[in-house]
Amino acid sequence: MDIPFWNREIETAERGRLEQLQLERLKQTVAWALKTPFYRKRLGQAGIGSPDDIKSLQDLKRIPFTNKDDLRLSFPKGLLAVEMSEVLRIHSSSGTTGIPTVIYYARDDLDNWTELLARSIVGTGAGPADMFQNMMTYGLFTGGLGLHYGAERVGMTVIPIGGGNTKRQIRTMKDFQTTVLHITPSYLLHIHSRLGEDAIERKDLALRKAFIGAEPHSENTRRKLQDLLQIDAYNSYGLSELNGPGVAFECVCKKDMHVWEDAFIAEIVEPKTGETLKDGEEGELVLTNLVRRATPILRYRTRDLAFLHPEGCDCGRTHRRLSRILGRTDDMLIINGVNVFPSQIEEKIMKVPEVATNYQIHVEKKGALDRLTVQVEIYPKLFLGEVSKLEALRERIKEELRSSITITPVVELHEPGSLPVFEGKAKRVVDDRPKD
Amino acid sequence: MKITQISVFLENRKGRLSDVCSLLGSNGVNIRALTIAETESFGVLRIVVDKSDSAIKLLRENQFVANFTDVVAIEVPDQPGGLASVLKVFADNDVNIEYMYGFVEKFSDKALLVMRFEDTDFAQQILAKHNVPVVTEKEIEGL
Repeated sequence: MDIPFWNREIETAERGRLEQLQLERLKQTVAWALKTPFYRKRLGQAGIGSPDDIKSLQDLKRIPFTNKDDLRLSFPKGLLAVEMSEVLRIHSSSGTTGIPTVIYYARDDLDNWTELLARSIVGTGAGPADMFQNMMTYGLFTGGLGLHYGAERVGMTVIPIGGGNTKRQIRTMKDFQTTVLHITPSYLLHIHSRLGEDAIERKDLALRKAFIGAEPHSENTRRKLQDLLQIDAYNSYGLSELNGPGVAFECVCKKDMHVWEDAFIAEIVEPKTGETLKDGEEGELVLTNLVRRATPILRYRTRDLAFLHPEGCDCGRTHRRLSRILGRTDDMLIINGVNVFPSQIEEKIMKVPEVATNYQIHVEKKGALDRLTVQVEIYPKLFLGEVSKLEALRERIKEELRSSITITPVVELHEPGSLPVFEGKAKRVVDDRPKD
Repeated sequence: MKITQISVFLENRKGRLSDVCSLLGSNGVNIRALTIAETESFGVLRIVVDKSDSAIKLLRENQFVANFTDVVAIEVPDQPGGLASVLKVFADNDVNIEYMYGFVEKFSDKALLVMRFEDTDFAQQILAKHNVPVVTEKEIEGL
């Protein structure tokens, strides 16, 4: 097999050299971090007041973990390590309690991120000859812009179409003879189910590859997508706190995702104790930035459960491979690629006076896509018999939720006392999606 | 003369309408007129019964979400053009109807219709002025 590389030297660097680079960059990152109010305090408490306190990669363990809550509490500037005038871009994600998180990127941060994506793209065998239809959401979400710049750097022709509008997506695939897609697995399945409409069939398209991310999926789902569409599908992993896509990506071998270890230190820890686990053992992924100056993040608890493969890869890359995401340590739901915390839904529902406090959240598959249903109980005293008022209430709840979680739920009104009541910890979320 | 309509919120669940009717039936409440306003995810049952006070008490005691609404029941000649003649009175006098539905049974040769108006008092004045016969609560109890 012909193995394509973007930066062969670094991608195949010996482990010893890679680790030396990691140590140098970790020290540099600690120096950057110490410029932020958050880390000055956090690292100070751990006895780290200078990059010289990090003497080997073993000293990584001295650095305390950073959580999502730390990012929220540091909003908006507690983790900013440069002057705002040096910041070229901001990406932000909505928070579970209304407080968002923000990541700042200086010019070199964007450049480093783009390099990682160029490397990821070329690793799958895609290149300048490809027509790339980027079907991820652009904007504050990192999925769209991340791949966009990576693809441009590689020299692909980029169609920055963004998400949604299935008819136009399929039409565009035909018109420009798109060869590579960036898409969530569930949306790709949906696209397949819509082929044949408007007289556009698979044979009219030139698709050959898809980068599938933003959603955990199984090997079966990948095989199904590959068989149905006769393409190669490559798994992609990233999270907005650590840039977004391009943290880990599959190579042509398609045997799980190389974590770019010159840009991140990946650890797997036991979720409860925080104790570091060995390669091959399943636990929570913890990531440390090595090349991000404006918002350096150290030992970030991703809440994603996975393991790192102990052995090398047939492609010759020395960067270790991350397994598929096997679950979460918290209750976050991923619905059509969007991260949703049940607490975000609860917060909105509790603000509506016409509904009682009991509610339930259902997630199911409707065709290829996920459907979110939020069931609430109406408050009897506010029922005056008018259908229009109830419909307006439903619309209002739907709109409130849409503005908070960005996806549109189905809202169902129920009679008081009809939703299940739980002793102790309520089972508010019913996820009926097949696990395959 | 206003009469009382009871509205019952019904979630989209099998047997819910049957539950309401069984409850009323087993307690000797007779349904005189009925309609259902349905949406994609829930329904509102509207009924006129012979004993509205005890019916609503019964429904609430059994955890149904129910409330009163004032409506007017009118008599319409049961012949072609009968309804049209009454509706023309409303149209000519700017009386807006929110919804209407028919009675389950009729007395004499007239059809009975339940009407919900935007402004019930105003509608009643117009009805009286044009001698459109309305049905009283007592008459409904005795149906």
